[in-house]
Amino acid sequence: MKLTPVLSANWGDDKPWTLDGYGEYDAAKKALTTLDPDSIISMVKDSGLRGRGGAGFPTGSKWGFIPQGDGKPHYLVVNADESEPGTCKDMPLLLANPHVLLEGIVITCFAIRSNQAFVYIRGEVLHIVRRLQAAVAEAYDKGLLGKDIFGTGFDLDVVIHAGAGAYICGEETALLDSLEGYRGQPRLRPPFPAVAGLYASPTVINNVESIASVPAIIDRGVDWFKTMGSEKSPGFTLYSLSGHVTRPGQYEAPLGVTLRELLELAGGVREGHELKFWTPGGSSTPILTAEHLDSPLDYEGMTAAGSMLGTKALQIFDDTTCVVRAVLRWTEFYAHESCGKCTPCREGTYWMVQILERLEAGNADESDIDTLLDACENIMGRSFCALGDGATSPITSSVQYFRDEYVAHWERGGCPFDPAASTLFAAAGAMS
Amino acid sequence: MLSDETRERAKELIARYPKPRSALLPMLHLVQSDEGYVSPEGIALCAELLGLTKAEVSAVSTFYTMYKRKPVGDYHVGVCTNTLCAVMGGDAIYDALKEHTGITSQNGVTEDGKVSLEHIECNAACDFAPVVMVNWEFFDNQTPTSAKSLVDALQSGQPVKPSRGADSVCTWKEAERVLAGFYDGRADEGGAAGPASLEGLKLANERGDKA
Ligand SMILES: Cc1cc2nc3c(=O)[nH]c(=O)nc-3n(C[C@H](O)[C@H](O)[C@H](O)COP(=O)(O)O)c2cc1C
Ligand code: SF4
Ligand code: FES
Repeated sequence: MKLTPVLSANWGDDKPWTLDGYGEYDAAKKALTTLDPDSIISMVKDSGLRGRGGAGFPTGSKWGFIPQGDGKPHYLVVNADESEPGTCKDMPLLLANPHVLLEGIVITCFAIRSNQAFVYIRGEVLHIVRRLQAAVAEAYDKGLLGKDIFGTGFDLDVVIHAGAGAYICGEETALLDSLEGYRGQPRLRPPFPAVAGLYASPTVINNVESIASVPAIIDRGVDWFKTMGSEKSPGFTLYSLSGHVTRPGQYEAPLGVTLRELLELAGGVREGHELKFWTPGGSSTPILTAEHLDSPLDYEGMTAAGSMLGTKALQIFDDTTCVVRAVLRWTEFYAHESCGKCTPCREGTYWMVQILERLEAGNADESDIDTLLDACENIMGRSFCALGDGATSPITSSVQYFRDEYVAHWERGGCPFDPAASTLFAAAGAMS
Repeated sequence: MLSDETRERAKELIARYPKPRSALLPMLHLVQSDEGYVSPEGIALCAELLGLTKAEVSAVSTFYTMYKRKPVGDYHVGVCTNTLCAVMGGDAIYDALKEHTGITSQNGVTEDGKVSLEHIECNAACDFAPVVMVNWEFFDNQTPTSAKSLVDALQSGQPVKPSRGADSVCTWKEAERVLAGFYDGRADEGGAAGPASLEGLKLANERGDKA
């Protein structure tokens, strides 16, 4: 297995966040001066690039849905909300390399005939907001944004828009409502954003990593891109390892590597411990176990393993971790972040927290697990948006793999684990 | 009292968007940069400039956790207690800080008004767990001990340096001004990436791996 740094290739360079450090927008120049919009869309379609925000929708097809010659303004909205628990790729990317996103935005907007892009970035990342603001200002300064880019007559404005702390605003239609100045609650689809998105105009919404991958495809070509990954999941991507692993961090690799391979590179699970459970792509993707170490980390491989690739946020938990505690905390997160629009999610997540609290405290029995699974069944597929579905993932998957551990809690009348043993500083004895 | 400058800046924000109401979230950040929270006066200003009712503005501001209903401290400390960080030590850090500061409620403030404390959700820095934020700057790989000294330094006015961020932490109001959309000129401070961000790249270079 080979690592394939592309987006992360310049992170170790001197000031890669400046134009001096990043270089010219060569790919954008090539796109705007030698390609026409439709052939760019075709290239991105042919590359097989799939959205990196979680759902894996083919990026080129999404662009192709934008009606042309409709006389309405078109918008590109970049989703930089990155709040799915475990997900930590877009923020380091933007901290080190904001221009790769801006260059991708120039190419994308040219392709979908848009003159206005927004980057909706979560608010709780001050320095990353600064880096984006500075990069945009520098790009305007050098004529890479603004009027008549590369002398082609193409105009583009970019606004950096900071959110205000709401996970649901990562859901694309909630994001649009938020960007229009409303509470961030999902919209009914159809109409899809490609037809009626921001201000009821045709809108493409893509993840940071998706758009940032475009310059490399234009620059080095579709064939090069397809030398990495698999037929259905081609290309390179950022895998984020966190938790009980010797060297957590960002590992840019071809799609389809396995956790076993990544763990080997990252020095394995924390010394003296074994892998217990992990998420392939954030807390909304069903947890997996050591059984799945050799499953390919691509869209098909993770579906086959009973989970989803999601955001490639590999959260690793070793044998010191109580799975019930982990699941309770995630469920509290969903209950807190539920936007309240639909009953199954709003009420269901609340009740699931109540039941899980009792289970963790050891004041529960078999019937509580049944009630919990019943609640999941009533949320899954019955909620207005995917947040509700995601909230059921940790619960159903943990009961599937670790039912005995739930039982152990009420048999012992409490949690059998010592939380201190799971901490990063457990060995250093820094608990005092 | 909201300053005249805030009113002018709010108008500047409105002009950045195709439709005025899109400026509401930035305007609420701006209000916080002046008043330290979303004050009744700030709500009235947003309503007036956008042609909304105060109820409509409040309905929006109460939806988002970054908008505060009461003033927070000059240094707002967020401890990530989502699962990954909690397990890696975030729970222990949060408990230690509660005890150390005497703050018992979410967004509570120390008596001197210097520090406030919040347990926060995943801040997209899990590979640096456990994570603490001060005015939305990253303090990576914290321990209860390091977090307590951090808070002590903040309270006594000593400069503190984020792990990945500017060279020093600005005040909460200054941070809110940047988030409102007014750049403070500090992007060139700090490094490009923390150690964890570079693990894969370092290894690729050692092995001669290339895309
Ligand atoms: C609750 C929820 C939160 C989401 N958060 C994000 C996010 O923070 N960033 C993101 O890119 N996509 C997020 N998504 C997925 C988006 O709805 C959308 O699919 C994505 O931005 C599309 O971009 P892509 O095709 O490039 O992946 C979220 C979805 C849901 C249901
Ligand atoms: S599923 Fe949850 S987050 Fe989504 S619309 Fe319903 S209440 Fe809101
Ligand atoms: S869980 Fe704390 S930063 Fe992600």
